[in-house]
Amino acid sequence: MSYFKKSPWLIHYDGSSCNGCDIEVLACLTPLYDIERFGIINTGNPKHADIFLITGSVNEQNKEVIQNIYSQMPDPKVVIAVGICAASGGVFADCYNVMGGVDKLIPVDVYVPGCAARPEAIIDGVVKGLDVLEQKYSQKNNTDKKENA
Amino acid sequence: MKIILISIAFIIFAPILGGLLSGLDRIISARMQKRVGPSIFQPFYDVFKLFQKENVVVNSSQNFYMICFLIFTVFTGAMLFTGEDILLTVFSSTLAGIFFVLGGYSTYSPYSFIGSERELISMMSDEPMVILMAIGMYMVTHSFFIHDIVAFDKPAIIYLPGVFIGYLFVLTIKMKKSPFDLSMSHHAHQEVVSGIKTEFSGKSLAMIEIAHWYENIFLLGTVYLFFAVSPIIGILVSLLVYFIETFIDNTNARVKWQWLLKSSWIVALVFGATNILILYFVK
Repeated sequence: MSYFKKSPWLIHYDGSSCNGCDIEVLACLTPLYDIERFGIINTGNPKHADIFLITGSVNEQNKEVIQNIYSQMPDPKVVIAVGICAASGGVFADCYNVMGGVDKLIPVDVYVPGCAARPEAIIDGVVKGLDVLEQKYSQKNNTDKKENA
Repeated sequence: MKIILISIAFIIFAPILGGLLSGLDRIISARMQKRVGPSIFQPFYDVFKLFQKENVVVNSSQNFYMICFLIFTVFTGAMLFTGEDILLTVFSSTLAGIFFVLGGYSTYSPYSFIGSERELISMMSDEPMVILMAIGMYMVTHSFFIHDIVAFDKPAIIYLPGVFIGYLFVLTIKMKKSPFDLSMSHHAHQEVVSGIKTEFSGKSLAMIEIAHWYENIFLLGTVYLFFAVSPIIGILVSLLVYFIETFIDNTNARVKWQWLLKSSWIVALVFGATNILILYFVK
């Protein structure tokens, strides 16, 4: 049995976003939505996190930062792209320094649409991400068993 | 034989109780912020999950230090509940703290360096008052052995009100609650990333959590010593103290280390040392 669904810890990173989605992510922590009732904690530390929440697009300046945070997270991990900029680059897609969506750089598991994404949609995205997390954990277990056998 | 049985009972039941207390802490904190808060079993879910995560290791000695931290914390608590020497429990809890700091230093992260340094300062701040507590207990009961202190016919609080107040102050540092949670941020998860815990993940982070459960039970056990004549009052006061700590945690902003050191030593001097001086002349 896995406990990822009971205790997902997330790290939030803001790419080149207009801060609209970031404020919605923070709104999830407020008493109105209170994501801590599901055991979700905004850790701010990649080594403690299970879920990587990215808002905003990837640009030439932050691509190394995103890559770094992603590789520092212990397995199993899930990436959630929040908002249209994180999905495709959004209105910033044509800018000279913007690479596009987060999936240009690291594998994304869940896309949350919206500009800005609503807190309900973000929570929904995280819950979808939990299924992926569970899947990745059982996959890893199966391959470990095969390797040992 | 009795000692072994009590130790085994402590090793099994202390983390269960400690985890439930920490779950209660999170619910009470949430209610104080007008939130619903997680389930009371949330700390257990967190720890079980951490055991299923990958353990990213920067330096192979870091896990060794954390195992030592856990073992010595368990040892400290077991000594308290089997009624051994109170001075030895103070020393072994300091040793456990030193292993925790060494673990922080061994990871070479600037954040855990800051956290380790701050943890050393917190230990410097709380140690005088903890030792004064042990001395006060000796002056009242004429024994350093906890089974003698518990067997004393009057509650120690009658003779040691000042020491108790000073000890409560220091307990906030020991439990790493808000005005004094410099070494690793529990609630504000982003302060110096996570201090000492920054480079720990998976199993070793779970071990840190479990060690803190043991530590909390040990600390509440020392509070109980002040009221040991009547077990019910003792347990109720210990729980009340835990609630007060949660309240302080939620109503105070973090202080700088200078203030931590100054205030805790002043409190130790004004309440602790004065109480013991009066006791020395009067009794």
